[in-house]
Amino acid sequence: MTKFLQTLVDGLGVGSTYALLALGISLIFGVMHLVNFAHGELITVAAYTSYFFFLHGGSWWWMPVAILASAAVASVVTELVAFRWVRNSSPFTLLLTSFALERLSHALWQIFVSPKQRAFPKPAWAFDQFQLAGIRFEVMDLVTIGVTAATLVVTALVFKRTLFGVAVRGAAEDFDAARLMGLRANKVISGAFAFAGLLAGVAACLILMRTPAAEPAMGSDWLMKAVIAAVIGGLGSFTGAVVGGLVLGLLETLSRAYLPDLADGWDKFSTAVVFVLIAAFFVVRPEGVFKVSHAERV
Amino acid sequence: MLEVDQLTTRYGAITALHGVSLSVRAGEVVALVGPNGAGKTTLLNTVAGLLRPAAGRVQFNGADITGAEPATLVRAGLALVPEHRRIFKDLTVEENLRLGGATLKAADRRQRTEEMAELFPVLRAKWSTSAGFLSGGEAQQLAVARALMCDPKLLLLDEPTLGLAPTIVDLVFDLLDRLRSQGRTLLVVEQNATRALALADRGYVLRTGHVVATGTGAELAADNGLFESFIGGAEEG
Repeated sequence: MTKFLQTLVDGLGVGSTYALLALGISLIFGVMHLVNFAHGELITVAAYTSYFFFLHGGSWWWMPVAILASAAVASVVTELVAFRWVRNSSPFTLLLTSFALERLSHALWQIFVSPKQRAFPKPAWAFDQFQLAGIRFEVMDLVTIGVTAATLVVTALVFKRTLFGVAVRGAAEDFDAARLMGLRANKVISGAFAFAGLLAGVAACLILMRTPAAEPAMGSDWLMKAVIAAVIGGLGSFTGAVVGGLVLGLLETLSRAYLPDLADGWDKFSTAVVFVLIAAFFVVRPEGVFKVSHAERV
Repeated sequence: MLEVDQLTTRYGAITALHGVSLSVRAGEVVALVGPNGAGKTTLLNTVAGLLRPAAGRVQFNGADITGAEPATLVRAGLALVPEHRRIFKDLTVEENLRLGGATLKAADRRQRTEEMAELFPVLRAKWSTSAGFLSGGEAQQLAVARALMCDPKLLLLDEPTLGLAPTIVDLVFDLLDRLRSQGRTLLVVEQNATRALALADRGYVLRTGHVVATGTGAELAADNGLFESFIGGAEEG
């Protein structure tokens, strides 16, 4: 029972990071019909930003601000310099543009920093342990779940209450109709990218507090998982992205913890098991958990 | 108020409008009728800024608005109720109206939303309902209310009765009549040509991208030959 609860907490931790990234991917898909494969690079940007600041006497007390800001700025800039010019092209062109950005980012970090991993200090307090009902937790477990919950509540409020949020939801459903309301396409899309960037920043913060290191291709693994989470939930559905992220995180940790330990390295098969389960799920329900009626498939 | 001069719009290699000219004066109701594929929707979409014209000029209140973005046109006082209404089905009635007032200041937007609730009691009853659950008539009222949020000087309406039950069609024509008596300027595309021309001060008949006839609503409605040759089939609906 103790093992199960601990696995559950771990799973929620990983899953909530997937959820934050998947939400950003769904958001961009909503307004642009783009599956942004460069979204994971925002984590890389945030990691190198932290590395840079730690070289110059950074502290974890204010690093989250730098991480959020760098991810949001990077997200807005990619839209401005890359996606804006191909916005009216075919979805395939958009997709290729995002792949190109991802590869470009890998290459730039390799050339201008190093192909090797660059580590920086951890926040020591985050790894303090404490007991609750006989189960051992780390402070970081609480931080992860608390921060994600708070972020999701704020996100829900933004999309429900603010004109910006309602505009993004409207534009996701029918972009031309949103333009007819007098909304400026550039503003709505820039705003969506900024918000997706902030969400990626929160995810990056949680990732970097656990594993404080920067590596050129670190964003790609996270991105793959986030895209899968978004698709499980139903691409374009915000609730779906969150559910998809949590389900994927739980599946991964549970399969790793409970798959029979037949041989050394057998636990690596947990990823394969998860993908088989996902494939089976799509056979049964190809549109994902939450069907988005107006989303055009890419 | 609106001057369209020699407007040509193309979809790739296909020319949908061939140098169409028309005008709408302040306080007037103008009907645009014609068979399917005549270019009526293309004309409204070009005027409203959703499509860019290949040639020609559009003037609104003396200013050249050819090829301007909808965002600019809405602020200038020109709103379109698009074909198939295109209300936001995932948003509530109230959220749809809020977006309609996206160009207003927050306080004005709240006040205007309240005015729309007074004007359309049906909508008030469904305030927090997703617009996807509205009936055809309710959805059409929402589409008009949403466009009225920004208090446009000129309202373009594209097929406001399309797909509605006959009793609801009456309701929509009542609504148009009400807008007209409030002194609003309207340019209406309508498949129900007889009723549209009866309502309108003037009308234009469009066919395969050309204006083929123009006159007062009564003149066009009385011209039987015109109906048979140009509008004909549209009367069945």
